[in-house]
Amino acid sequence: MAEGQLQAGRDGGVLRLSLTGDWTLAHAAMLLTRLGGLATAGLTGGHLRDGGAAQARLDTTGLARLDTAGALLLLRLYRQLEDQGFSIDWPTPRHEHRALFNYAKGCGEAVTVWPKVDSGLSGWVQYLGWLTLFFLREARRFTGFIGEVTETAVMMAFRPQQMRFTSMVHHMEETGLKALPIVGLLSFLIGMVMAYQGASQLQKFGAEIFVVDLIGISVLRELGVLLTAILIAGRSGSAFTAQIGSMKVNEEIAAMRTLGLDPVVVLVLPRMFALMLTLPVLTFFADIMGLAGGALMAWNTLGISPDMFLHRLHDAVALRTFLVGIVKAPVFAALIALVGCYEGLRVKRDAESVGRLTTRSVVQSIFLVIVFDALFSIMFNFLGV
Amino acid sequence: MTEAAQQKEVVIRVRGLVNRFDDQTVHQGLDLDVYRGEVLGVVGGSGTGKSVLLRTIIGLNPARAGSVDLLGTDMVNGSPEQLRAVRQRFGVLFQDGALFSSLTVAQNIQVPLKEFYDLPQDLLDEIAAAKLHMVGLSPDAGTKYPAELSGGMRKRAGLARALALDPEVVFFDEPTAGLDPIGAAAFDQLVRDLQQALGLTVFMVTHDLDSLYAICDRIAVLAEKKVLLTGPMDVMLKAQHPWVVEYFHGPRARAAAITATLDERM
Repeated sequence: MAEGQLQAGRDGGVLRLSLTGDWTLAHAAMLLTRLGGLATAGLTGGHLRDGGAAQARLDTTGLARLDTAGALLLLRLYRQLEDQGFSIDWPTPRHEHRALFNYAKGCGEAVTVWPKVDSGLSGWVQYLGWLTLFFLREARRFTGFIGEVTETAVMMAFRPQQMRFTSMVHHMEETGLKALPIVGLLSFLIGMVMAYQGASQLQKFGAEIFVVDLIGISVLRELGVLLTAILIAGRSGSAFTAQIGSMKVNEEIAAMRTLGLDPVVVLVLPRMFALMLTLPVLTFFADIMGLAGGALMAWNTLGISPDMFLHRLHDAVALRTFLVGIVKAPVFAALIALVGCYEGLRVKRDAESVGRLTTRSVVQSIFLVIVFDALFSIMFNFLGV
Repeated sequence: MTEAAQQKEVVIRVRGLVNRFDDQTVHQGLDLDVYRGEVLGVVGGSGTGKSVLLRTIIGLNPARAGSVDLLGTDMVNGSPEQLRAVRQRFGVLFQDGALFSSLTVAQNIQVPLKEFYDLPQDLLDEIAAAKLHMVGLSPDAGTKYPAELSGGMRKRAGLARALALDPEVVFFDEPTAGLDPIGAAAFDQLVRDLQQALGLTVFMVTHDLDSLYAICDRIAVLAEKKVLLTGPMDVMLKAQHPWVVEYFHGPRARAAAITATLDERM
């Protein structure tokens, strides 16, 4: 491969520009500096221009290869000369060189690569405004979706034969049964950690036995249900979005509608009811495992025997404490399922949006679970529970 | 082989190619030559391994046996450096364009340019505009994301990216699939124009009989795990093999032939 070269010289009253070698991408950077040099030193300086005689001749007989980048550079040279008032003569262009040059010439202005974005303060304010509107719109749409699902669910109560029980049982297995190991293990570990941390503090006051109260109340009332809900949001909420989203990409949802099937009936309700049934059960399991973890740690570090632990638990924790925890589970389940399905149905026809909305679904459902947990706390406080 | 054909430079040479997936043999001793500057159409029934052949030639699918020579590079046993070098010399248009969905069209075109060369952004933008112009897209298509384009525009944008490095050989996988007849004819014409203007060699897997009539210099028929027959359209029309007869003399083939002769008269 010969290096692309550009020589400028005078030939009588004519400016002679000879292009040799390969004018290709590989040499484009070098040729670009050469062109720039010519522009500052030669053409604008005027010494190549002989008085009024403004004639230029392009000699491409020595030009071996020309590609698009080379043609664009040649076009730049051409335009530079034109701007200087030269009349240009290109006597012997090879057919393919001329063709490429014409392509380059016809393409007009360079494209801007990025979609226009305002940087600086105005751009930031704009973004903030856009984000606010986005959230408001999103909230309105999501509320609409909740309404749609509720309406369909109420209708379903009158026509229970429409309910997809097979699908529901399948989802109960997927979201409930198969989640048991992970939920159990994590709750057990959290119970242990709580017991250990609580013990080391309570020991200072000689109030080791209250570790049972600590674990009992915190696990049953808050941690069991919250942990399970967050885990399920990550595990099943994301799965809902991905499943429904990929169906959307594949136009299965559209096909479903044309066949007279309501996606809410077929896809959303079975998932929602399945999760509303399994999450309380999972929470109960998490409660037991959390207490077991705590009991094990209490026995190990404080010497509180399981027998004593149970006895103390009986005194410290009322049934109400457990109920306050477990009653939140169906609400969290509905939130997770609704967000998961909603984001799945929002997927557009490109695969990229499946990934984006799956992430969003997890973040939103965890966010909503925690917000609702706070709301529950306030409500229970008012009710004096 | 005629003497004229022998003088032509072979840019793709496939010899004794064997492709096998699990127990299913797709190619068994497949031979194929593609000459510089021609448009070769590859046809064959479903499952005859047209796309597998394409993917083997461009080095995406490792062959079980045989040799594939593309622009003087051994695509089966070549070193990574050799393969990297040859990748700058061919372009591929996948079925739906295969544009990177997180990048705009112009950015897509600039991906190979940025990967292989260090050029200022304004020149990159000019090159992107030139490629868009070549494939018949307006400059403002460059700022759009692939999801915002129609199927036909995505194909054109994919072609613009395939042409980014001014390749010598361009591979097409069913370029007109999913296009309406007008769009397909326009795309055929575009391929023909570009091939002539840029001196491209085109390897095209296609089912489109109109494309075969309109732009292919030679046709290769894949059947019975090898290239059964190669030659221009009149060779295909005279062939005796039952599949070839059915393919080129079926009702759709007759319609395409009529259109082709009408086009010639006009």
